Amino acid sequence: MKELWENMLDGLEGLGAYVRFLGRLIIVTPGALLRFDLIVQQIYNTGALSLVIIMLSGLFVGMVLGLQGFQLLERFGSEESLGVAAAIGLVKELGPVVTALLFAGRAGTALASELGLMRATDQLSAMEMMAVDPIKRVVVPRFLGGVISVPLLAAIFSLIGVYGAQLIGVQLMGVDSGSFWSQMRAGVAFTDIYEGIVKSCIFGVACSLIAVYEGYYAIPTAAGVGRATTRTVVTSAVVVLFLDYLLTAAFL
Amino acid sequence: MDFPCGRITAVMGPSGTGKTTLLRLITGQARATGGSIQVAGTDMRTANRAELYRLRRRMGMLFQNGALLTDLSVFENVAFPLREHTDLPERLIRQLVLTKLQAVGLRGAADLAPTELSGGMNRRVALARAIVMDPEILIYDEPFVGLDPISLGVILRLIRRLNDTLGLTSIVVSHDVQEIATVADKVYLLSGGKVVAGGSPQELRANPSETVKQFVGGLADGPVPFHYPAGDYFTELLARGEDA
Repeated sequence: MKELWENMLDGLEGLGAYVRFLGRLIIVTPGALLRFDLIVQQIYNTGALSLVIIMLSGLFVGMVLGLQGFQLLERFGSEESLGVAAAIGLVKELGPVVTALLFAGRAGTALASELGLMRATDQLSAMEMMAVDPIKRVVVPRFLGGVISVPLLAAIFSLIGVYGAQLIGVQLMGVDSGSFWSQMRAGVAFTDIYEGIVKSCIFGVACSLIAVYEGYYAIPTAAGVGRATTRTVVTSAVVVLFLDYLLTAAFL
Repeated sequence: MDFPCGRITAVMGPSGTGKTTLLRLITGQARATGGSIQVAGTDMRTANRAELYRLRRRMGMLFQNGALLTDLSVFENVAFPLREHTDLPERLIRQLVLTKLQAVGLRGAADLAPTELSGGMNRRVALARAIVMDPEILIYDEPFVGLDPISLGVILRLIRRLNDTLGLTSIVVSHDVQEIATVADKVYLLSGGKVVAGGSPQELRANPSETVKQFVGGLADGPVPFHYPAGDYFTELLARGEDA
């Protein structure tokens, strides 16, 4: 019982540390926004370089949705609804969630190990000695780059996913193209898209925060950087799925 | 301890005796829990972040491994403090960076990436970066570790030359007794977190203390023991192991 209580306290302490770190990031964000070139560079590093994996995954997820959806809907004779089913699934759930998970694996790990290695090789201390705040110069641009990238990547994921579902449903299984698109247009409400946008923004903040936090506070050794990278993926995955449940419940 | 203006002061001592901690205290990377530290009239114990950053603009520090920013070229590394702190036109930045690189003999390496440099070159670039803002105080953390004799000689001469031509106050932390004795004006020897001796290199050599003799002479055993504290050797050798 005592152990459980102590574990809970440790967990709360960790959460508090995250919140404090986020506060620190937000405080220096206005100053960091003046150096927009740094943020653009990070959007390229985290976002643009994740495009291929996001687009490929989106295509396959969409194709799977097309197959499974068609099989299921065919039983009720409503395969024309494949468009709306796939689109809602992608926009509300799969787009934001899978994108966030892939982002954590592709860009989050890169961010964490980069920051961890910078710490291990004294680059962060060197900046501090040059009177340059590493939070402002290094951490915030990476954080903002991730925050901006994730919603955009999620949108691209959903778009490609819908195309993948169409590829299977319409081209392969012979669902009528007109009803596929018209049902989708009629069935997807603005609130569905809004839910997807809110989710992907929140996941973007969570994944980027976890990556830069783990990297910035990594133990400056080879093992420490490795641990930070692992923790980034594991924590991000759990947090994203947990937040997804909370947000889905909140939007009902 | 005091570090006189315009001189080179060396801090020596066995590993783990608090030399790096001392540097961290002087530069404000760590806070002292007792005593007082004055750097150029600022009390480092009470200085807030803004004061600390203002003071650090007047300091340069050479890290043990150079600590160059790996995603920037040599030129951009040296230009980094100028770009962050000043609004100078590109032409002037170029001139300043090239002068500093020329001073360390690496103007030709301006376009290389830090990963393409040897250990000695790496540290010379870091030195150019440390002096690019024309600091008043220059701090070297173990500048000779892992260098070949030629690079070591180059760094040694640079420390002296920069100190004299730029009118710096230099603080050098090092183990290398013979090397540092040739450039330092004043030497402190630390052991077990305390200052055991201080003075000119000549005075240190003549110091009768056992600790100083051991360190200066490089003797394996003495007040700093060769053996890590352990139980009785024979008892441990003859003891039955778990699986014996």
